[in-house]
Amino acid sequence: MKRLSLLLILTLFITKSFAVVTIDITRGNLEPLPTAISNFYIDNPERFSENIKKLNLDKNLPKVIKSNLTRSGLFYVLDNKSYIQKPKLSHLKPRFEDWKLIKAQIMISGKLKIDDKGRLRVEFRLWDVVSAKEIEGLALFATPSSWRRIAHIISDKIYQRLTGEEGYFDTRIIYVAESGPKTQRVKKLAIMDQDGANNKFLTLGNELVLTPRFSPNGKMVTYMSYFKNLPRVYLLNIETGIQEVVGDFPGMTFAPRFSPDGKKVIMSFARDGNSDIYTMDVKSRRVEQITSNPAIDTSPSYSPDGRFIVFNSDRSGLQQIYVMRNDGRGVKRISRGKGLYGTPVWSPRGDLIAFTKIHKGKFYIGVMRTNGTGERLLTQNFYQEAPSWSPNGRVLIFYRETAGGKKGQGASANLWAVDITGYNEVKIKTPTDASDPSWSGLLSK
Amino acid sequence: MSLINIRNFAIVTVLGFLLSACATGGKRSANDWYEGTDTVKFLASGVPDRVFFATNKSSLHTAAKGTLNKQAAYIKKSGLSVVVEGHADERGTREYNLALGERRANAVRDYLMSQGVGGGKVTVISYGKERPVNPESSRLAWSQNRRSVSVKVK
Repeated sequence: MKRLSLLLILTLFITKSFAVVTIDITRGNLEPLPTAISNFYIDNPERFSENIKKLNLDKNLPKVIKSNLTRSGLFYVLDNKSYIQKPKLSHLKPRFEDWKLIKAQIMISGKLKIDDKGRLRVEFRLWDVVSAKEIEGLALFATPSSWRRIAHIISDKIYQRLTGEEGYFDTRIIYVAESGPKTQRVKKLAIMDQDGANNKFLTLGNELVLTPRFSPNGKMVTYMSYFKNLPRVYLLNIETGIQEVVGDFPGMTFAPRFSPDGKKVIMSFARDGNSDIYTMDVKSRRVEQITSNPAIDTSPSYSPDGRFIVFNSDRSGLQQIYVMRNDGRGVKRISRGKGLYGTPVWSPRGDLIAFTKIHKGKFYIGVMRTNGTGERLLTQNFYQEAPSWSPNGRVLIFYRETAGGKKGQGASANLWAVDITGYNEVKIKTPTDASDPSWSGLLSK
Repeated sequence: MSLINIRNFAIVTVLGFLLSACATGGKRSANDWYEGTDTVKFLASGVPDRVFFATNKSSLHTAAKGTLNKQAAYIKKSGLSVVVEGHADERGTREYNLALGERRANAVRDYLMSQGVGGGKVTVISYGKERPVNPESSRLAWSQNRRSVSVKVK
């Protein structure tokens, strides 16, 4: 990832005028913003080699932006057959009347160039059609092969300009790719861009792997593996591929997650039928016991400031959600509704906790405030769990399973996402069945 | 201690009644653990390899203890070691189920040890909900999947 970001040089330029168009993302957005995305025009086609031409960047780059913005549920991208103006003039001197005519409120245009060093230069502009003004502009350089990341960064820029909040498009998802019958499921670690592109398998499927989670900088992953039939928490460096077991525990370790500073892994260690929460310092390997209770304590997740931990325990008899200080003191139950609660995850904004709720045979993904008030259930289904936050705290990704028939036929596992408003539930396409998603932070941050 | 025993006795009595009341029904008991013989294998003749649990529970009911008594006798006689696998059904969150499977496997290990099996003869592993024996999504299948399985160590 480091390597990639070095190739991306951002140059902010052009205007920052007052935008008339804004999107309020705190409410469910029932009327997505009518948006036109022009094809980008090629400034110096003579410098485009055959290989670069094959990428069809003038069409595909805007297409990736379109797909991002559409998936967010906040934008409605108008069919480009209805566009009157050609890409070049749209970028250099848009005729706003033409765009008003098709009822676009914003228009996105762009220019592509290969520079002297063979780098791809992408310039984009965001136009407020209503007030007939340019409201954002950016030029980016990258190796032509990382054009998708440019499209994601541009998408983030547009999202940020119109919502006032950081986007989440230049991110990746790590998850468990599943195949084979339910009784002998094969599971592999897989990583892909947030939009499903660049899917890559990180393990071969020889051993069961579960619950991968990114480190805050996205370079490491902590997950659980049954390597040599010893269920343990592992660390994986995505760039080097080096894997190592976390700590020297004489029994099962599971449910790992990084601390917000990336220095610790917090997880459960099970011994003699009792699971407690421990942390391990990644550098010094020092292990610390955080909870000590005869009940099951698991699924720990830090608050973004690292001062608190939310976790799952059945100390009251059944699964509920608790919050404690990072030293294990001051334990308070926060889930108060009917049913069971699991998989709590603290929002990166710090204000909410996402969870899975099980009630009367149905599974819900929901959010509540950190003191347990204001519970809102976002989606209900036969089986779903394990929410993971988008880096801006606006979207949750989770996995959903369908019921199996007599021999398990019809059973499937897929990734889904939903806005915390409860709107815009979308299936995330993966090449195989998928579960246990974890959303990275912004890659270029 | 005696109080607990009395309570257990009472539960068993009530259960016996409920079971006889629905003897022709499904194989799931009123307390929702599986009581049939499908999926069951044997460590040796007359020694079933598994016991079943109620939803979210790891306590051993009378029939389970009967099975484990046979396992204990067999392990002691044969000198073999076993791995006790703890499993959960698919109706719980993955991480909690890993812990629950571990708790179930240890309940079995503790019981085997209480019957004189040496601690060194029994190790445990939890598979949570990862290795169901019946892939169907039905109450019967879930009751068959909430289980511990004692596997001989070769």
